[in-house]
Amino acid sequence: MQSLLNVKKDFPVLENNQDLVYLDTGATALKPKVVIDKINEYYNEYGVNVNRGVYTLSYKATTEYEETRTMCAKFLNALEKEIVFTKGASNGLNMVALGFGMDYIEEGDEIISSELEHHSNILPWMEVAKKKKATLKYIPLDSTGRISVDAFKKVLTKKTKVLAITYVSNVMGYISPLEEIIKIAHENNVIVVVDAAQAVAHMKIDVKALDCDFLCFSAHKMMGPTGFGILYGKYKYLKKMSPVEYGGDMIDIVEKDSCIAKDAPYKFETGTPPVAEAIAFKEAIKYIEAIGYDKIKEHVDELTRYALTKLSKIPGIKIYNPTTEVGIITFNVIKAHPHDVATIFDEHHIALRAGHHCAQLITKWLECVGTLRACIYIYNDYSDIDKFVEALEEAVKYFEEW
Amino acid sequence: MPNNIADLYNQVINEHRKYPRNKGLIEGYKTLHLKNPSCGDDVTVQMKIENGVIVDVRHDGSGCVICCSSASVMSEVLKGKTVEEASQIIDDFYELIKGNMPKDEDRLEDAIVYLNIHNFPPRAKCATLAWRAAGALLVDDEGEDADE
Ligand SMILES: Cc1ncc(COP(=O)(O)O)c(C=O)c1O
Repeated sequence: MQSLLNVKKDFPVLENNQDLVYLDTGATALKPKVVIDKINEYYNEYGVNVNRGVYTLSYKATTEYEETRTMCAKFLNALEKEIVFTKGASNGLNMVALGFGMDYIEEGDEIISSELEHHSNILPWMEVAKKKKATLKYIPLDSTGRISVDAFKKVLTKKTKVLAITYVSNVMGYISPLEEIIKIAHENNVIVVVDAAQAVAHMKIDVKALDCDFLCFSAHKMMGPTGFGILYGKYKYLKKMSPVEYGGDMIDIVEKDSCIAKDAPYKFETGTPPVAEAIAFKEAIKYIEAIGYDKIKEHVDELTRYALTKLSKIPGIKIYNPTTEVGIITFNVIKAHPHDVATIFDEHHIALRAGHHCAQLITKWLECVGTLRACIYIYNDYSDIDKFVEALEEAVKYFEEW
Repeated sequence: MPNNIADLYNQVINEHRKYPRNKGLIEGYKTLHLKNPSCGDDVTVQMKIENGVIVDVRHDGSGCVICCSSASVMSEVLKGKTVEEASQIIDDFYELIKGNMPKDEDRLEDAIVYLNIHNFPPRAKCATLAWRAAGALLVDDEGEDADE
């Protein structure tokens, strides 16, 4: 066995639930103490609104808040004015589809997406397609359920205007070959919207190198607070994009019959934001960068390899993605419904997800009613995997016998 | 294996899983289709009510053992009851799921086996899905296709 990260102690939820085996990072990652402390710091020390008062505390809160934008820009290799604060990935993806797509897409145009998408990167585009009489097309997945460059080329036509695609599938754990796909998309004047909700916990994202036009993620899946996220957009597109919500903060000048919105990114940010969450997100970025994505990958890869080796010896289960790339293992006990199995895991204090994971299209593609999903992350260890495998063996045996 | 798993998947539930009663739909009955969207449990319940008596109950659908067995148990328990009796039994069942033993436990017949569900709170909605459909059919004379 190879030496792994030793960070369990950084996570109060694990300290407070000693027997918990947390394998549901795909739904949300646990938060390290530094993030929680920062949330408390805001509420305890300067818990006032941002962008409003001219008094000292308000200045302090606003400074802390705007530092997050600076840090996110550096984190993604973007400009500060390209960083829009959102409520999360779903919110950001909706803003792009409804605020940009709704203006940009015209009748007869084509939008390309995939069956690997989370609902939040497909339903907004379905709505755009319906309203604008455009067509939504799907990249055909290969036999393992992957998106390939060739398959993308097959659905690409002169009418294609937008590609909405996931960086990492939340069910299959595959990384989409985005560099090449984006290059080809741009050669064909196709705007590319990337859902990086799962990717951001596992890999360094450089929006300049990737050259995507929009990219969204949630803070909470990379150990940051819930209810906060980032929408990156190339400035030239953010400038064109319409706000979906109007109100305070986002506006420059208001007359009785007209108004002038602020420039991007502020024109997309109306209402009092989740201030504590935004401020504390900095700590999540610092935490993840201090560990390093290479170390995270080593740790997750090793445990995934360890788990898959053990799982391959259990008859009576089906693994849907043996070539997973980010520690997401999707499986079923052949003789049982995923929810019945999930209850057995729950009895063993193993938290994992059962169902369609907000990605019904891939569940249908896999031809099952739902799946179980175990997600391995930095705070898991060999013992977690052992307990998980043991419980699964018991579940198989239990449903085999009855 | 922790003991209470066997409490959950007990003999009666297992029987109904293997041999569901009153399964399969019949044209012309009052019909209600309900889902638990988060987990995919999907149940359709039908009733034939004549002169205030439930003369037939049918169900069909897919889902976990708790959901499917509970639909079968429900059909057996409610069949032959008056609408009024059935409403009371359904209320008792909801109480049972919360862990409260109803005053008249015999009235629940086999449905009593879901008593242990309250130890598994995430599964309460699996156990009650078919019962919610039945309850709605009793109240709403027309029946409708409602998803939740
Ligand atoms: C790939 C993917 N996209 C989008 C989302 C939506 O994220 P949120 O619920 O934080 O908006 C998720 C969350 O499950 C996801 O896994």
